[in-house]
Amino acid sequence: MKIHEYQAKELFRQFGVPVPAGEMAETAEKALAAAEKLGYPCVVKAQVHAGGRGKAGGVKLARGRSEAEKHIAAILGMTLVSHQTGPEGRRVRKVLVEQGLDITRELYLAIVVDREREMPVIIASSQGGMEIETVASRHPEAIFRMHVHPATGLFPSHMRNLAFKLGLGKVQQQNFACLLSSLYKLFLETDASLVEINPLIVTAADEVLALDAKVNFDDNALYRHPGIAALRDVYEEEPLEVEASKFDLNYIRLDGTIGCMVNGAGLAMATMDIIKFYGGEPANFLDVGGATSVERVKEAFKILLADPNVRAVFVNIFGGIVRTDLVANGIVYAARGLNIQIPIVIRLVGTNEEEGMRILRESGLNFATENVLADAVRRVVELAKGA
Amino acid sequence: MSILIDENSRVIVQGFTGREGTFHAAQMIEYGTSVVGGVTPGKGGQIHLERPVFNTVEEAAAETGADVSVIFVPAAFAADAIVEAALAGIALIVCISEGVPALDMVKVKNFLRTTRSRLIGPNCPGIISPGKCKVGIMPSRIHRPGRIGIVSRSGTLTYVAVDQITREELGQSTCIGIGGDPIIGTTFVEALELFREDEQTEAVVLIGEIGGSLEEQAAKTIGNGFPKPVVSFIAGQTAPPGRRMGHAGAIISGGRGTAAEKMAVLRENGVHVVENPAAIGETVKKILG
Repeated sequence: MKIHEYQAKELFRQFGVPVPAGEMAETAEKALAAAEKLGYPCVVKAQVHAGGRGKAGGVKLARGRSEAEKHIAAILGMTLVSHQTGPEGRRVRKVLVEQGLDITRELYLAIVVDREREMPVIIASSQGGMEIETVASRHPEAIFRMHVHPATGLFPSHMRNLAFKLGLGKVQQQNFACLLSSLYKLFLETDASLVEINPLIVTAADEVLALDAKVNFDDNALYRHPGIAALRDVYEEEPLEVEASKFDLNYIRLDGTIGCMVNGAGLAMATMDIIKFYGGEPANFLDVGGATSVERVKEAFKILLADPNVRAVFVNIFGGIVRTDLVANGIVYAARGLNIQIPIVIRLVGTNEEEGMRILRESGLNFATENVLADAVRRVVELAKGA
Repeated sequence: MSILIDENSRVIVQGFTGREGTFHAAQMIEYGTSVVGGVTPGKGGQIHLERPVFNTVEEAAAETGADVSVIFVPAAFAADAIVEAALAGIALIVCISEGVPALDMVKVKNFLRTTRSRLIGPNCPGIISPGKCKVGIMPSRIHRPGRIGIVSRSGTLTYVAVDQITREELGQSTCIGIGGDPIIGTTFVEALELFREDEQTEAVVLIGEIGGSLEEQAAKTIGNGFPKPVVSFIAGQTAPPGRRMGHAGAIISGGRGTAAEKMAVLRENGVHVVENPAAIGETVKKILG
C-alpha cells in the first residue's frame, strides 16, 4: 500500500525523523493560510501517489504571498501527468505547503528488503534529487549499500560507514545517525516494504532532513497496523481495482480488449502472456483465487465488463481443488443476471470438468467452450477483433 | 527415487483440526501419504481423521517419528508455526499459508540457517512425488509417476504444466511449488541441486515469474554445468512495471525482474525457454525424443 508524502512525513515526525515544517491543505484558503504562517520562501507540493511531480509542474517555490496564491491556484485541482501516472494523469486534491530551506547538499537514503540476501538493506547515495535508477546506471560508484541482519539490527558502524562514504561533516554525521536509526525503527515497526528519502538534504546549519518522503507498506502485514491501513486513499487507486478488492478479487486494469478471469496469479499472468502470443491484448489481470463461489464469479464479471474497452471475455479455470461444475454454475448465473452481450470463451479443466462443460452447453447461453488452451485463446482473440 | 519425500515420509499437519487442515489432510491420506498425526494447540489428546492430535510439534514428532510437517495455520501465525517445527527437529517443513508478512519471513529464513530444517513455501501448493507421497494441496488426479522434475513459483500454472507432462506420457518424479512470496524457503537453485542427484529425474521444468532474481540464480547454476535438460516458462511477459501481479513476489521494480531479462539469461545458459505456456509438455517431449 502507498501513502501520500504528507502522511509519510507525519509518520516520520512520530518516529523522530526530521522533516521541514509544513501543513497539508485541501482548499486554496487553507493552503494560503499555511503559507502565511510558515513564512516565505515556501514550497507548494501536489499530493498524488506518483513520482515525477516536479517535472510535471506539481512542485513550486513561492517567494511571497502573491506567488503562493498563484502556485496554489495552479496546483490544487490540476491534472498532473508524469511518467508514473499514465497519460490520463491524476487530479490533485491536496497540497503540502512547506517551509523553504537553505539547502547545501542533496543526498539519497532508502531501506528495502533485499530479496537476494534475505534481509533489509540501506541504500544511500551522494547524488540525491534524481531517480535512483538513473544514478545506478550513470554513477554506480555513488551508491552505497549496507545490509542489516535481523538478529542484530542496526549498529553504529552502519551509520558511521555510510556517513563517511557520503562525505558528511562531524555534526552532520551525528544528525545523520539519529535520522537513520529512527528511519530503520519506522521501517521495522510499520512493516514497510520501502522507505525512501529523495532528496535527503543537508542545510547550511548542518541539519539533515527528509525533504521528500515515500513509504510503501507490505499488504500482508496491514492486519497488524490498523492505523496505517486507515491512511489508504482510494481516490488514488483505479476505481475498478478498489471495487474488486472489496470482494477479495485480485484485479489490475490494463489497456487491451480481452477481459480475463483466471484462478491463480501465475496462471492469470500466463493467460495474459498467451493472449499476447496469439496477437490479442489483455484488458486486465484477474485472479479469482481458490474459493470460487457463485457470487464472486458474478462480481468478477461485473468488474470485467465495467471496462468499456472489453470486446470479449476469456474464462480460464484450472480446477484442482476448485470444482469446475460450481464455477460453471456461477458463470451461468452471472451471465443470466447481467445480460452479457459480448462473446465469452470458456475453458474449464480439472475436477468435474465434464459436468461443468455440460452445464455451460445446456444453459442455452452463447458461450464458446474449448478444452485446449491454445485453441481457446485463438478463438477469443478472433472474437475480440471481429466484434 | 524422487526428491525430499517418498513412501517412507511420515507427515504431521500443523493446523490439523481447522477447515483447510482437515480437508487437505483427508485428501493426502486418500492419496496414500502416511499422515501420522497433527498439531492443534489445546486439542492435544483428541483423535481427528483417525489420527492423534498433539498440543506441540515436539510432542507430535516424539510420539510419531514424523520427519515432515505441513502447515495450514492462518498467515499471522505461520512464522511461529515454522519456527516451532524447526525447533522440534522436523527435517522438511512445507508452509501452504498465504499472506505471511515479508519481515516475518526475513526473521524465519535467517533463523532456519542455524537449523537442519528445510522449508518449502510459504504461499505454495506444496510438494508431491507421484505414486508415493503428497504433501500439499495440488490436485493429485493430474499427476503420474515418471521422469520429469517440476519446480515452480506458481500454483495453478504448475498444474497446467503437470497436466501437459502427464498427457505426453512422461510423468513426474517430484513436483515442488516453491511459492510466490519475495522471501521463501527452498529456491530454484536448491531444487535444481536435488534434481541433479536424482536418478529418476531425466529433465526439469522450471516455471518462474516476474520479480526478484531466483531465475537468474538458477540460470547461473545451469550454465555452470547441469547434467539434465531444463525447459522453462516465465509468467508475466505482458505485466506492467510497478504493479504486484497477485503474488507478493511478482513485481517488476526499478526496471529489474522483467520476464524478458529472465528469459534471455536462461537462454544464454542453455535453458529451453518457451514463450507459449501451452507448449511446455511438447517441448520436453521433443527434447527427450
